[in-house]
Amino acid sequence: MLRIRFFEEEVSRLRAEGSIVGSVHLCNGQEAIYAGASAALDLSRDAVFPTYRGHGWTLACGVPPYALFAELLGRQTGVNGGRGGSAYLTAPEYGMYGENSIVGAGAPIAAGAALAATFDGSGRIALAAFGDGALNQGAVHEAMNFAAVRDLPVIFLVENNHYSELTPIASMVRGDRLFKRASAYGMPGGQVDGNDPTAVRDAVARAVERARRGQGPALIEAVTQRIVGHYIGDAQHYRPPGELETALADEPISRLLATLRETIPYAELDALTERVRDEIADASALARADPPADPSTVLEHLYA
Amino acid sequence: MPEIKNLSYAEAVNAALVRALDERAEVLLFGEDVALPGGVFGVTKGLRERFGERVFDTPISESAIIGGAVGAAMFGRRPIVEIMWADFFLVALDQVVNQAANVRYVSRGAVTAPITIRTQQGSAPGACAQHSQSLEAMFAHVPGLRVAMPATHQDAYDLLLAGVWCDDPVIVIENRTLYHTGRSPVGVNGAIQPAEGAAIRRSGTDVTLLTWGAMLHRALEAAELAAGRGIDAEVIDARWIRPLDLGAVLASVERTGRLVVAHEAHTTGGVGGEVLAAVAEAGVHLRSAPLRVGAPPVRIPAAPALAQAVIPNASAIADALVRSAAG
Ligand SMILES: Cc1ncc(C[n+]2csc(CCOP(=O)(O)OP(=O)(O)O)c2C)c(N)n1
Repeated sequence: MLRIRFFEEEVSRLRAEGSIVGSVHLCNGQEAIYAGASAALDLSRDAVFPTYRGHGWTLACGVPPYALFAELLGRQTGVNGGRGGSAYLTAPEYGMYGENSIVGAGAPIAAGAALAATFDGSGRIALAAFGDGALNQGAVHEAMNFAAVRDLPVIFLVENNHYSELTPIASMVRGDRLFKRASAYGMPGGQVDGNDPTAVRDAVARAVERARRGQGPALIEAVTQRIVGHYIGDAQHYRPPGELETALADEPISRLLATLRETIPYAELDALTERVRDEIADASALARADPPADPSTVLEHLYA
Repeated sequence: MPEIKNLSYAEAVNAALVRALDERAEVLLFGEDVALPGGVFGVTKGLRERFGERVFDTPISESAIIGGAVGAAMFGRRPIVEIMWADFFLVALDQVVNQAANVRYVSRGAVTAPITIRTQQGSAPGACAQHSQSLEAMFAHVPGLRVAMPATHQDAYDLLLAGVWCDDPVIVIENRTLYHTGRSPVGVNGAIQPAEGAAIRRSGTDVTLLTWGAMLHRALEAAELAAGRGIDAEVIDARWIRPLDLGAVLASVERTGRLVVAHEAHTTGGVGGEVLAAVAEAGVHLRSAPLRVGAPPVRIPAAPALAQAVIPNASAIADALVRSAAG
C-alpha cells in the first residue's frame, strides 16, 4: 500500500514537472482494495482486469515500479514499451491482463478469461475491477448475466469511490447499495469497507473459494474515497465542503500506519517507510535515465 | 487431394466449422441461437450434438459474446462467435475496435486475441433498414483486424478456416442471399490457406472490375453483358478486404489500363474509394477515369422497389464498364 501511495506521489511530481504527459488518474485513497484483493488471488494463474485507474492494481500484481515509471514516461523499457501508457497498461506475466480506459469494457473480457478456465482446467479466477460509474455500462451487465448463467469463475469488484468522474454517483443511480444488482443476476453480492485491506482480502477470498468450487461469479462493492482529483489537475470544485477532510481522516494509509504502530516500534516503522520511499525514488530516477520508446518499432506487433 | 462434396454455401460454412472443431480442441463456438437451434439460417446445425459443451448458446449480449471471445482467446481458446446480423455488430463495436484489435499491439505480442467473428450481411428482399447494411468499410478501417468476404461456396469454406487458423482477430462477413441458393462442388479437407489474397474470377483485357461478396455474381453477369457490347472485363474478387491484395489489383490494372470497383456498400467512405486512391498513389497510368459503383448515400429502404433503386445491379455495373472502356 505504501509503495502504491509513494508511487502515485512521485507520478504527481513527474507530471507537474512535465516528464509525464497526458491525462493521468491517480488512485490515492483506494490502495487497500488493490492490496487486499491481490492478496486473495493466486497471480501465477489468476487474471486481473483493472480499470484505467490502474497504477495501484499494476503494482499490487507485482509489476516493478521501475517498469511502470518507464511506461508512464514513454520509455522503451516500460512494461508495454510505451504502447500502453497510464491508462492501458498490460502485464500478463504478473497476472495483470490489461487496464481498460473504456470504462466497464474489461468485464466481458474477464468473463471470457473465466470461460476459458472452465475448459482448460486451470482453476483460474478472473477479477474485473471497475468504478461505481462503470457499473452503469451495458457491457458490465451483459458480462454479469453471461457469467451468472454459465457459472463462470469471475469476481466483479466495484471500487465505489462515490464519483463517476466529476459527478456524484448518488445523482446517477437510485439507491446507494450498488452490490444489490447482483441479486438480479442470481449471484451473491456484498459490500465491504474498501479502506480496510484485511476486510477486502477476506471478502475476495470468499468469492474466490466459491468460484474455484465452480459456484460461479460474485459482485463485491468496496466502499472507499479517492483523496485526489479524478485526474491530475482536477481542482475538485464539485466536492462539497468538508467531504475531503472526512475522507482524509479515514484514508487507508494513515489507518494502516496507526494500526501498525500498535505492534511495531515507531523507529522500525519509520525505517520501513523510508525504505519504500527510497525504492520509489530510485526506480523513478532509473526509469528517467532510460531512452525514449523506439519509433522504428511503431508498426510492429499489429498482426501475427 | 481435397475430398469434393456437393454443398450449399451454408453447408460449406458448416463443414468448415466441423473441421475447425474437429482438428483444434481449443475451438469454441458460441453466439445467439447457434447451439440447440442450429442458427437462424441453419448454418450451425448439428454442431452442438456433435461437439457438446464446446458449442453453446448465449444471451442476446453482443458485447459479452465478443468480449467473452477476446478473454477466452487470451487464455488459449480459439473462439468462433456469431453476430447474427452485421448490423448487430454496432452495439458491440467497442469490443472489436478498442479491445480485440488492440490486444496484441499494446502488449507487444505478450497477449493475443485470435478470435473469428462470423456474421452475415447483404440486401435481400424485405430486409428492413436495420438488417441490410454493408459494413465492411468500417471494419477495414481498423488496424489489427482482418476482414473476409466469401463470395463462393468454396470460399465460404476456405476463408472461414483461414480465419480460424490465423492468429489475428478475423471478421468473416458471409452473405445471407447466398446461404441457400443451390449446391456446388466444394473441396473440403484441403490445405488451410493464408488469411489474404484476391482471386481472378474472369480474365479479360479491356477493363479491371474489382468486387467482393455477393456482388461478385452481379459483376460476373455484368462482365457477360459488357462482353455482348464488345468489352472484355477482368473480374477480380478481393475476398479479403483487409488486408486488401493491392498487388493483384495493380497487376491487372497495368494490363487493362482501366478500373471499375463495384460493391453493395455506400460509395461514400467505402472500400472502393480506398482502392481508387491506392491505385492513384501507386502511379499506374490509367487510360480512363476510374469508376466506383455502389449504393448512394441513403438509408437502405425496406420495400423491394425502393431497395432495388439503391443497390447496384448487373446492368448498372455493365454501364460503368462500357463508360470506362469508352474513355
Ligand atoms: C465508455 C466510456 N465512457 C466515458 C468515459 C469517460 N470517463 C473516463 S473516467 C469516467 C468516470 C468513471 O467513473 P467510475 O467508473 O466510477 O470510476 P472512477 O473514476 O471513480 O474510478 C468517465 C465517464 C470512458 N472512459 N469510457
